[in-house]
Amino acid sequence: MARAISPRKKIMWTALAWGFGLLIFFPILWTFLTSFKAESVAISDPPVWFFFDWTTQNYSDVLARSNYPLALMNSIIIAVGSTILGIIIAVPAAWAMAFVPGKRTKDVLLWMLSTKMLPAVGVLYPLVLIAKYFGVMDSRMLLVVVLMLINLPIIVWMLYTYFREIPGEILEAARMDGAGLKSEILYVLTPMALPGIASTILLNVILAWNEAFWTILLTTVDAAPLTKFIASFSAPEGLFYAKLSAASIMAIAPILIMGWFSQKQLVRGLTFGAVK
Amino acid sequence: MATEHSKSAARIMIAPAVFDLLVWMLVPLCMTLYFSFADYRPMRGVFDAWIGFENYGRFLSSTSFISSVVTTLWMVGGILAITITGGVAFALLLDQPMFGQGIVRILVIAPFFVMPTVSALVWKNMFFNVDSGLFSYAYKFFGLQPYDFLSQSPMLSIIVIVAWQWLPFATLIMLTAVQSLSSEQLEAAEIDGAAPLSRFWYIILPHLSRAITVVILIQTIFLLSIFAEIFVTTNGAFGTRTLTYLVYQRVLESQNIGLGSAGGIVAVILANIIAIFLMRIVGKNIDN
Repeated sequence: MARAISPRKKIMWTALAWGFGLLIFFPILWTFLTSFKAESVAISDPPVWFFFDWTTQNYSDVLARSNYPLALMNSIIIAVGSTILGIIIAVPAAWAMAFVPGKRTKDVLLWMLSTKMLPAVGVLYPLVLIAKYFGVMDSRMLLVVVLMLINLPIIVWMLYTYFREIPGEILEAARMDGAGLKSEILYVLTPMALPGIASTILLNVILAWNEAFWTILLTTVDAAPLTKFIASFSAPEGLFYAKLSAASIMAIAPILIMGWFSQKQLVRGLTFGAVK
Repeated sequence: MATEHSKSAARIMIAPAVFDLLVWMLVPLCMTLYFSFADYRPMRGVFDAWIGFENYGRFLSSTSFISSVVTTLWMVGGILAITITGGVAFALLLDQPMFGQGIVRILVIAPFFVMPTVSALVWKNMFFNVDSGLFSYAYKFFGLQPYDFLSQSPMLSIIVIVAWQWLPFATLIMLTAVQSLSSEQLEAAEIDGAAPLSRFWYIILPHLSRAITVVILIQTIFLLSIFAEIFVTTNGAFGTRTLTYLVYQRVLESQNIGLGSAGGIVAVILANIIAIFLMRIVGKNIDN
């Protein structure tokens, strides 16, 4: 901020950035608008933009399809369940690696990341076989476990980077003041760790919600989440743009809102600290 | 500082995570490896536990393997080219002084949070559809013959869809890197009379080189396993069958487990070659 910027330049950059920003955002905006149109309006040529009879009929239509609420429930259970399970397993591990680092801590971390790079298709059939053997094909439990394992490296990694930022001196200070282990964890560490844990949960719910390889291939009906439900629209009957849009908006809206809150964690969580 | 006691406690705390990932990695992978040496076609009731490297030979020499590798390279290369150049451009644009920067940022990031099946279907129907897609209306508006994107340029169509999803990721990382560039350096160059283009070429781009490398590596790993976008648009037809998709078809559609498993192992090896480079960069960063 060393130099004054001429207002004209600023207005020029603003126009340019908004123009390109809206261009990128346009498909989402268009889906949003279409979801409030009648089916015949949705395919009208030339397209209508804002001035049409706005209707929420599509939303009630999609909600009335018996399998939408089920798919939504499945998505919530799978995304939240896998994240919580992952957090329970990862918090102690990340904690230990951040505060009691050993010679091999770095190797363990890197090895964990390397499991994330295993192509899913390489273990597809064994997983189907194991799932069938235990009779858990097309069950929420199977997807909770599989998505937890897929995201566990990212969860451990994110928590580790957050925990490492907690200065060890604070613990020593607390001990000097006579804090026991219990109050140390409860009053000193937990408040400092909570923001990191919260952002880790946020990002991993998003990743699990949008995962579309295992959720499509390991489910049929009972455990099918929104990714699979939306995929069923790929073989459409008749006019369906408005309904597809309504179903899409409902599937992405909660995650879009969460995503906007977690922009910063996205870089941390997906680059494994390689970009700062 | 760490005592023996705390060290053994640490080991117990790490154990569950390590154990889970070890099982997750080893058990299915060993099964795939085992099947890759077998003639296993459950639909026909064929099971011969050891046929040596026959599956590998057949998989690697088949024309579908060669074409799937070429398809994969084109697809990943095309998406990388778009997202990297677009990402650098957007990052530099977002770094400029403007009104409502936060909102523009949100608009640009949004596609990353759209689930793959949604973005593929929205593009396929509402934009690419030859009868009632927006692009067709635009073509007609300019008096042109509507173009059937998904059957005439299926590869380009999928590249556009996936690049749209990953552009935000590249932009975010480039933006993080651009913002860490010291403004003094740029001002000094400006005072010394360096033109905008040479400032970009000699100062900004070298500064971004690390971020670009990371984006390339991470995106490649994710892009090698693109699945949903192909699944709901072309289903692997019209020359859009990537290696991942080919293996999926061999395993689940034609139920030739032996052949598919050999393909799976090949995919694992190829992904590992890229992963090694990424690991090196990440590993160096843990130390400091």
